[in-house]
Amino acid sequence: MSGFAYRRRKIASIVVLGLCASSAFVAVGVLALILGFVLLNGINYLNLDFFTHMPTPLGEPGGGVANSIVGSLLIIGVAALIGIPVGVGAGVFLSEYAGARLGNIMRFTADVLTGVPSIVVGVFVYSVVVLKMGHFSALAAGIALAIIMLPIVARSSEEMLKLVPRSQREAALALGITRWRTILSVIIPAARRGLVTGGLLAVARAGGETAPLMFTALGNRFWSLSVTGGPIDALPLRIWRYGIGPYDEWHQQAWAASFVLVLVVLAISLAARLVLTRR
Amino acid sequence: MHVGRGGSTTAAALARRRPWRIGNLGDALSRTVFAGLGLSLLALALLMAYELVLESRHSIRAFGWGFLTGTRWDPVDQVFGAAPAIYGTLVSSVIALMLAVPVSLGAAIFLSEMAPPWLRSPLSFLIEMLAALPSVVLGLWGLYVLVPWVRDFVEKSSLGHLSFIPLFDGPPFGFGMLAAGLILAIMVLPIITAIARDVMQAVPTSQREAMLALGATRWEVILGAVLPYCRSGLMAAVILGLGRALGETMAVTMVIGKGYNITASLFQPASTAASTLASEFNEATYNLYISALVELALILMGITLLLNILARLLVWRVARSPEVIAE
Repeated sequence: MSGFAYRRRKIASIVVLGLCASSAFVAVGVLALILGFVLLNGINYLNLDFFTHMPTPLGEPGGGVANSIVGSLLIIGVAALIGIPVGVGAGVFLSEYAGARLGNIMRFTADVLTGVPSIVVGVFVYSVVVLKMGHFSALAAGIALAIIMLPIVARSSEEMLKLVPRSQREAALALGITRWRTILSVIIPAARRGLVTGGLLAVARAGGETAPLMFTALGNRFWSLSVTGGPIDALPLRIWRYGIGPYDEWHQQAWAASFVLVLVVLAISLAARLVLTRR
Repeated sequence: MHVGRGGSTTAAALARRRPWRIGNLGDALSRTVFAGLGLSLLALALLMAYELVLESRHSIRAFGWGFLTGTRWDPVDQVFGAAPAIYGTLVSSVIALMLAVPVSLGAAIFLSEMAPPWLRSPLSFLIEMLAALPSVVLGLWGLYVLVPWVRDFVEKSSLGHLSFIPLFDGPPFGFGMLAAGLILAIMVLPIITAIARDVMQAVPTSQREAMLALGATRWEVILGAVLPYCRSGLMAAVILGLGRALGETMAVTMVIGKGYNITASLFQPASTAASTLASEFNEATYNLYISALVELALILMGITLLLNILARLLVWRVARSPEVIAE
């Protein structure tokens, strides 16, 4: 009797654990399915023109998205220039200066900001930057992405700075080094790998964002290198416009652009992990 | 100075307590700079809330609370009600959670409790990669793969014959609530899995060993010792997944099909707050219209705030460090 009950429990255990294992493989399978589809579809339409040429007028085959790639780089550059220093600074404040109460309020704020939908950030930047400037620009788009990066960088920097052993701080202070020198020359260098990882992950996250760019960069079929001058294109925006457009040539370019975007985002995420684990 | 007064009074602790004593000009300056950078987070959040309220004032004045319950969204007649968008946001997210939560928990249990180490890290890595896929790329995949699949294999199949059930009523467009729910499920799956796995791994081994020592099977250990121990953390994982689903824009906009009616059917085109913003904000031509759209953004931000408070309360209840939740 008890042997039967035991066997039943054993079988139930195996069945449920089997279901758990299959869910893990379902999750990975979905990834493989999507990634495989995007990569296979994208590589078919990829060629050198894609990187070096401008979009062609409607109906003409060929052409590329050189302007979108340059625009994306420009926007991400602006975003990183603003978001990473401010984020790391906020992380330093959280880990080195903030008291318990202020620290908790700020951590909570950072978590809320991380959770704010990116399209809301786009609306916000539209009203505080685009309306004030009078036109769309790479600067506005960069500010929007910086706002998305800021809380991510701040929280990850704080964690990484906290990992620096207390003894290192005390040793520096005991040598009579001032606190700000300690922070700049001892603590930040000791945590630099973690800081780089946080920055890279934030760039990967921001680089794939489309929604905040719709109301800040707007998109532009022509060449633009100006940060403040006017509408500018970005790769995710181009995927969106081509993807929902009616022409086959557009769809093919959207797949090729997706291929590039996915590879870049995954490569940055991978690099971020490698920086942290390399000895 | 009280340096000698006890072993625990360290230089760093002292410096924290009395920065003005030890400080020189550089210290004062750096403290101010870092405080300014840190407080920029707070300022940003406050400014964002203020600006959204300010910009939605026309809509708030015109419709009041009725904005939340109004079912007409009619730019031509200048009447705006957010109920269909709010309904679409909630329903698509609930569909996503119903599909994703069981799979995520199963995957997290596998990763945390069952997988051998050589399998654990590559699988975790792959699932995290799924989280890094840009939303517009998932939207493109949804548009050209998922939507036709839903149309041909779900809506035209046996479920299509069940159209007397309101849930499955409607023409087989492919675009609609079901497609949106499916794509959202794919997007929140890796997020919930990653957090749930971290939370489960934080359960002390002694809990499992005690249960095993009582003669429990492996599943009984998980059910009796692991899951109850980290219940709050798992709830927080689901809530954060929900937060992501509610605000997700691009992929949903591309597959939901832009419909403004509240219907029970999963096959009908619908819209969410975020998808309405994405498709109409650049085309809004007059103040009240823009204002109504910004109020949708304000509602989204309000929901985010509430969910974060809820997640935070759950996490505090078990006094877990919030780091696990943040990423």
